[in-house]
Amino acid sequence: MNDKLHLDKNHLLVKLTQMLRIRLFEEKCAELYTQQKIRGFLHLYIGEEAIAVGVMAALSSQDEIVATYREHGHALARGLSMKSILAEMYGRTNGCSKGRGGSMHLFDKKNNFYGGNAIVAGGLPLAAGLAMANKRKATTAVTACFFGEGAVAEGEFHEAMNLAVLWKLPVLFICENNAYAMGTALALSESETNIAKKAKSYGMAAKQVDGMNVVNVEAAAIEATQYIKANSQPFFLECQSYRFRGHSSFDSQLYRDKEEIKQWQKHGPVVQLKQWLMQNHQLNENEFKGIEIQINQEILEAITFAEQGTLEPIEELCKDVYSTQLSGGVKIDQGDLV
Amino acid sequence: MNIKINQGGKMNYREALRAGIEQSLEDDPRVFLMGEDVGHYGGCYGVSKGLLERYGPERIIDTPLCESGFVGLGIGAALGDMRPIVEVMMVNFSLLAMDQIVNTAATLHHMSGGQFNVPLVIRLACGAGLQLAAQHSHSWENIYAHIPGLKILSPATHNDARYMLIQALEDPNPVLIFEHVMLLNNQGEVLNGPEADMETALIRKQGKDITLITYGGSLPKVLIAAEELEALNIYVEVVDLRCLRPLDSDTVIASIEKTHRAIIIDEGWKSGSLAGEISAIIMEKAFWTLDAPVQRICTQEVPIPYPKHLEQAALPQVEQIVTCAKCLIKGEL
Repeated sequence: MNDKLHLDKNHLLVKLTQMLRIRLFEEKCAELYTQQKIRGFLHLYIGEEAIAVGVMAALSSQDEIVATYREHGHALARGLSMKSILAEMYGRTNGCSKGRGGSMHLFDKKNNFYGGNAIVAGGLPLAAGLAMANKRKATTAVTACFFGEGAVAEGEFHEAMNLAVLWKLPVLFICENNAYAMGTALALSESETNIAKKAKSYGMAAKQVDGMNVVNVEAAAIEATQYIKANSQPFFLECQSYRFRGHSSFDSQLYRDKEEIKQWQKHGPVVQLKQWLMQNHQLNENEFKGIEIQINQEILEAITFAEQGTLEPIEELCKDVYSTQLSGGVKIDQGDLV
Repeated sequence: MNIKINQGGKMNYREALRAGIEQSLEDDPRVFLMGEDVGHYGGCYGVSKGLLERYGPERIIDTPLCESGFVGLGIGAALGDMRPIVEVMMVNFSLLAMDQIVNTAATLHHMSGGQFNVPLVIRLACGAGLQLAAQHSHSWENIYAHIPGLKILSPATHNDARYMLIQALEDPNPVLIFEHVMLLNNQGEVLNGPEADMETALIRKQGKDITLITYGGSLPKVLIAAEELEALNIYVEVVDLRCLRPLDSDTVIASIEKTHRAIIIDEGWKSGSLAGEISAIIMEKAFWTLDAPVQRICTQEVPIPYPKHLEQAALPQVEQIVTCAKCLIKGEL
């Protein structure tokens, strides 16, 4: 597979725990949404956890993440605390974006987590720009840009593909192909449904991978980042996956059969790895329950943290519209004014 | 073409812009210029002529025709601590990048709870007068001046053309600079430094009878009108807004408290114009000091037509300003 990926028991248990952590957290978020603790749109990642977990495992702390409005999993896998994520969904000042962003706009500077972009394909040029800066600074950082297959229809997708290859930018594009752009199936929106092929048409190295298999995703992501660094070129990873829940909290899912969902759930990322570990006697039901208990405890602590968070005073409404922080660069002293 | 940067003197507006770009490239290695035809072609309007040869393709970057893409890259590069100057050839083309400007550049600082900022400068050519018709001639500063999170500059003088870019690059927020195409060939004076910080409106001519409020490409017309009115013993004060967001309403109001009359000259369409916004500010803050209704001279409600006589008829003109000022003084309005 890959000389850098060592598949020992511990590694796989960590991956399972990370995916389960996202799964249980989001199931709780759905519950909190019905209790009206969380409002706005809530886009769940349930079913797609292997992608964020697999890709993040291949990244270093200096690498940068650009994600979409379905980014709870990415934020958790990247290392943002569950507490700060949930507090953000509660709109509290102890949230990772101080409550100003909500579920769709999770940001964290110390983790190089650049959001939470709710404009489909809007993050692609931005990621390419971050990579452009990295290239100019001669760092080895890679910018990882996540987006759904719906973004492929947008002009910004194609503009970013072209510019990334043309200017040899160190970006890892990760297309999370979950088969539906809101309620529109891929075949109803694309003349060419092989998305990796579209990237290849720009001269980009591209690969399709089973997005339900965390090991495959991690291996592909390691290969991709190595390629980016060795060749000073972007890489495109199409992860084929499926969203088990609706597009957002308001989706009655008229566009697909329940049977189709069931079929995908049978080999979902969590159940797939769990079964494999059990069949190979690396995990038993008690140990699995132990992991669940630990995660549920973290979730309870996150809820307490979020509920104890304060709401920003209305007097501060117009804060953070403009930055007042001087960011260096060209300076003219007042003394130079004539 | 060989401007000695950091020095003043007589030059045309295009040369003043170029000198500003050169100084920023010299002073800060993080600065680069990116846009359609800024390199090999020398800039659609010749502003960046010669810079590719001097600074190389790493810093003077010709982009494909993809406004949303390269403006978005500029935002990302600014987030990555670069100082990009992105040129959008014409304001009309900026609509293709409006998603990135409005949805991303203007919002990132806020959405991230103040963690990230976008020190990006976008330069755009704007304005009518070259008979470029209905897709190349507009003044849409007001569209962007509507957006919290952006700062909007309109350099009307050679000195501002020379130094506002430097001030914009120093600002940690996204700044859009609108450069009116009819100013490019005009000769003018550049001083050894900026006259004020970029957000301050400046009085370009002192007067006691009427305040004429304007910005950008309309300033030369307003100054000509002011001279003609002076010959008629009407002494107008000319306020050059310079920065359209945030607006320096204090300077506007202080002038009106002196003159008690106001005319706003704005090349945008009248409906929903910046002139309308300024008029509203005057009503809110200086209503009781007014001796006459606030007047607006704006572009007619028509896409800019190609024929010269129609194009000129659509735009604010010196004669209209003079007539309007005379009527205000006579109490006929």
